Amino acid sequence: MEIVVFLLFALLALASAVVVVSHRNPVYSVMSLVVTLLSLAALFVLLGAPLLAALQVLVYTGAILVLFLFVIMLLNVGRETPSGGTGRGQKIGALVTAAAFGLVVISLLWGRFVGIEMPALTVEYVALKPLARTLLSKYLLVFEMAGLLLLAAVIAATVLARKVGKSRGETV
Amino acid sequence: MSVALAAMLAKIGLWVAVLLAVTPVMAWVERRGSAMIQDRLGPNRVGPLGLLQALADAVKFLFKEDLTPSAADKPLYYLAPALAVVPALTTFVVLPFGPEIEVGGETVKLLVADVESGVLLFLALASLGVYTLVLAGYSSNNKYSLLGSVRAAAQMISYELALTLSVVAALVPVGSFRLDEVVLYQVEGTWLGFLPHWNVFPQFLGFLIFLVAAFAETNRLPFDLPEAESELVAGYHTEYSSMKFALFFMGEYMAMATLSALAATLFFGGWHFPGIDYTGHWAIVALKGFSVLFAKVAAFMLLFVWVRWTFPRFRFDQLLRLGWKVLLPLAILNLVVIAALTIGGVL
Repeated sequence: MEIVVFLLFALLALASAVVVVSHRNPVYSVMSLVVTLLSLAALFVLLGAPLLAALQVLVYTGAILVLFLFVIMLLNVGRETPSGGTGRGQKIGALVTAAAFGLVVISLLWGRFVGIEMPALTVEYVALKPLARTLLSKYLLVFEMAGLLLLAAVIAATVLARKVGKSRGETV
Repeated sequence: MSVALAAMLAKIGLWVAVLLAVTPVMAWVERRGSAMIQDRLGPNRVGPLGLLQALADAVKFLFKEDLTPSAADKPLYYLAPALAVVPALTTFVVLPFGPEIEVGGETVKLLVADVESGVLLFLALASLGVYTLVLAGYSSNNKYSLLGSVRAAAQMISYELALTLSVVAALVPVGSFRLDEVVLYQVEGTWLGFLPHWNVFPQFLGFLIFLVAAFAETNRLPFDLPEAESELVAGYHTEYSSMKFALFFMGEYMAMATLSALAATLFFGGWHFPGIDYTGHWAIVALKGFSVLFAKVAAFMLLFVWVRWTFPRFRFDQLLRLGWKVLLPLAILNLVVIAALTIGGVL
């Protein structure tokens, strides 16, 4: 039973992820990404981590992807037009990413082969209270740094997006 | 069939039936209520007090011609109304409607999904509601629809922050994300010796923030900018007709019902009311719990109707300014104060 649920959502996640990168219409790409992330949330539940699933849906599908859609609609991005083959940089980027992903998979399999056991996901890591306690005590510095990094990114984006010479004004 | 399975099916069936019945009943309440407020009669011809008007409306929706704009993005155009009812039909799973009961020797909790991160699950599922509006507006190939959905996306994201922060503040003194424990916290004791131990009394500010944000999240007046009829024809659902339009309609009322139930549970003691005895036969206990919650939800729904026909619509810039510059700072302040009071042992 468990394997059926796993296969269903794993295949759904993979198939929709392929659609994300291959579809010509950005709105369909975003909607496929929604399906991918919801499938991943289902897999989190299957792993016994309902909190991560809820956070995944709340943060990614509920907020970030809505912003993606918002920007796409605001800029009125149409269907992507074929630009005459893929660029050189794109090919190199794809190869590097594939190599990095392959390395991760191989090292995981290799570790399994030579007998290094990966610690299983236990309740101490993923339940609400232990997770909150770990984040705000052991990993507090990293946690705060991540927040600071996001803030810096937001400020940088605002500075870059603002038109020169126009100091203030209603933006919406 | 085991007791647990039977109880689960019964609980799901009950909620689905109630939520599906919300729309016709509320359509009647809304029309009669608006008529009362505006000194008119409202629909009073079909059945006693016009009660069968909702049935007539439903039949009308089914038999109307179902138009699809020829330049619409068809898959998304069909997907949007189907998604409209999904958040409301799923979020109720974490709402408790009674104390634990004993059925045939087994303990049954009167909520569908007993998960540790209950409130988070509610918020996560509710946050998917914005896709309906965005996709409907985008796929209709209509300028008014698109404007409506751009507004909807900005509005719902802005108010979700204040809504979530006010919900978190209500959970701080309880120390749990489970809504059944939130209710149990409000059952014991009193405030100042005579007020029920409801969260609304120490957290009135938090409740107000929640209420305003709930109006914005459900796109009800005074925040119905995504479908502002005097500017955008009908906003995101301009191009929809027949049952597809009815699904948007149902989604709106069901979202109102689930947010009202969340408000009743977080701030007004949920299924509990002081002075009611929750002991005895399990069916009676469950009925009492459900009736009390139902009455509280009904009171909120009437408030929604009352507000709709009383206040004028905000301007969009006013709406966003209120969300970001008033509600969000207030919600953060509320959270900090409540947390300090909780640590100080006052709450």
